[in-house]
Amino acid sequence: MSTPLLEVVDVAKRFSVGTRFSRQGVRIVHALDGVSFTVMPGETLGLVGESGCGKSTLGRCITRLYDLTSGRLRFAGTDISLLSQRQMRPLRRRIQMVFQDPYASLNPRRRVRDLIAEPLRVHTSMADAEIGRRVSELLDIVGLKPDHAMRFPHEFSGGQRQRIGIARAIALNPELIVLDEPVSALDVSVQAQIVNLLADLQERLNLTYIFIAHDLSVVRQVSTRIAVMYLGSIVEMGSADDIFLRPAHPYTQALISAVPVPDLAAQGSAKRIVLTGDVPSPVNPPPGCRFHTRCPIAQERCRVERPVRTDCGPGRSVACHFPNDVVHTS
Amino acid sequence: MLKVRDLSVAFRTEQGMVHAVDDVSFDVGEGELLGVVGESGSGKTVSLLAVMGLITDPNAVITGSIQYRGRELVGLKPREMRALRGKEIAMIFQDPMTALTPVYTIGWQIAEQVLAHEKISKAAAWQRTIDLLAEVNIPNPRETVHRYPHQLSGGMRQRVVIAMALSCNPALLVADEPTTALDVTVQAQILDLLRKLRKNHGSAIVFITHDMGVMAEIADRMLVMYAGRVVERGKKEELFLQPLHPYTRALLDSIPPLTGKKPKRLRAIPGAPPNLLNRPPGCAFAPRCIERFEKCSAEPALGYGMHTAACFRVSS
Repeated sequence: MSTPLLEVVDVAKRFSVGTRFSRQGVRIVHALDGVSFTVMPGETLGLVGESGCGKSTLGRCITRLYDLTSGRLRFAGTDISLLSQRQMRPLRRRIQMVFQDPYASLNPRRRVRDLIAEPLRVHTSMADAEIGRRVSELLDIVGLKPDHAMRFPHEFSGGQRQRIGIARAIALNPELIVLDEPVSALDVSVQAQIVNLLADLQERLNLTYIFIAHDLSVVRQVSTRIAVMYLGSIVEMGSADDIFLRPAHPYTQALISAVPVPDLAAQGSAKRIVLTGDVPSPVNPPPGCRFHTRCPIAQERCRVERPVRTDCGPGRSVACHFPNDVVHTS
Repeated sequence: MLKVRDLSVAFRTEQGMVHAVDDVSFDVGEGELLGVVGESGSGKTVSLLAVMGLITDPNAVITGSIQYRGRELVGLKPREMRALRGKEIAMIFQDPMTALTPVYTIGWQIAEQVLAHEKISKAAAWQRTIDLLAEVNIPNPRETVHRYPHQLSGGMRQRVVIAMALSCNPALLVADEPTTALDVTVQAQILDLLRKLRKNHGSAIVFITHDMGVMAEIADRMLVMYAGRVVERGKKEELFLQPLHPYTRALLDSIPPLTGKKPKRLRAIPGAPPNLLNRPPGCAFAPRCIERFEKCSAEPALGYGMHTAACFRVSS
């Protein structure tokens, strides 16, 4: 058993919103609460959940774009949770990030050549000629043409822009890449190209991915393991097959059943669990199990006692008092 | 009830004409749900905005014919169109936050529409508003009418927009990606709601989406659009089980499966949709098509009949 590349231990992140002059005063948003997991080298951990569940916040905590409120982060054996931004600098080469919106994450006034060269200029002492060679090499790796180097981001389609973002992220040969909804803004036909590209790069460059997405079928395609998040916590974690074929948490079951499948044969057999209501506000998370307000099998115990995520099989854990109970479908 | 024939919408720009919609024809029957699928820029939204008479850009050139219950809509005076829109034909937009004005309560916004189209008292309009909110499953409609859009969640706002579209019991409802901005569990609620409303009101619905999964669930018939043209048309079952056009097949293949065996690689469609400013001659999909042959340099036409595709492979 090799050592984990990343260990996340009991991480919490709280934001305060409003000022003491606002009507409701200063309020605390509990964005992340007691999140723990490990990521092994070479694997892809998928983080899924609905908007506001904290998956992007978690990605930004891992890359230390946010400071943690509490908890520990260990990257390749080193504790990075309390490093200053200056101390983080040498580690930035090893942990990179790809953002969702390829339109917003590239500086519109810089040429592709300069955009891709930027990390090389910041982190290495490579000569200009060497940087030029590396940029052409990177363009080729992500499937862009050499003459694209002199163009500006607005001249590219969404898929091509995401390729530029990926070229920037892999420029320094990182070990871990946090991908925050990298294909959500793309059309399906282009989305498949990027998913394939990411799989090729992972194999070729020995990358470890943390893949954040709300699209379950994409997450299933790319992930070795999956963590399902709800209101700031991980409710279930396991291999991609376990999560999709044998979901144990009622939320995971509902989430998977809610995805419309483009397959008429599967339509009749699939039973849909329609959850009522919306995700509660993370300003006032409900007591007990955070999912109990929408859970179809919630009982008295769920309203008072918060379930702890416990192991229920190899590499598998679930935070529910009544896991595996069949949810009644309507 | 809706008959669209050879509809073309082009926009004059500094670089030349952009043919956003090119020779599109389709029908919508009473009470039917027609799904329109396609990727961004395929012309699905623009063609339905033309039906709604909502293309006001002075640089837009609209040609062809749109007949609603025998009445020609192209060239209708804005006044006459306004009387029809909202009452007979209503629209649900993708982003409920921009479809609602932030400065009035949602009750005011719905009641305003009722009062604009029907001769009823303010009190009756208000009561109708509360009933509508209850019908779209909004909890405590009596209190919620006094709320502002920003006080509601995304799913709630979308319900308000649906309630507004239903307020005058329209015969035709155009829904432009009504669930795209929502989470899957909320999307499931909204799709359930649309199904229920369809049963109760019997409105025909044109449903625009890029999500084949949503289509599989609710459509009766479908149009597949690519680069401003309809490339395939047919019943939902025909389209999913025997897709004719290589684009439809490729689109279905490129979706990662949620069940069954996980493929090693996804079957992506190479390249990107063409630039509509200078559309390549011949079949617009040919540059990305694995089945192209000599004939594809000419432009294929959509055949007649219920299930048909604009492809030479199909007709030959």
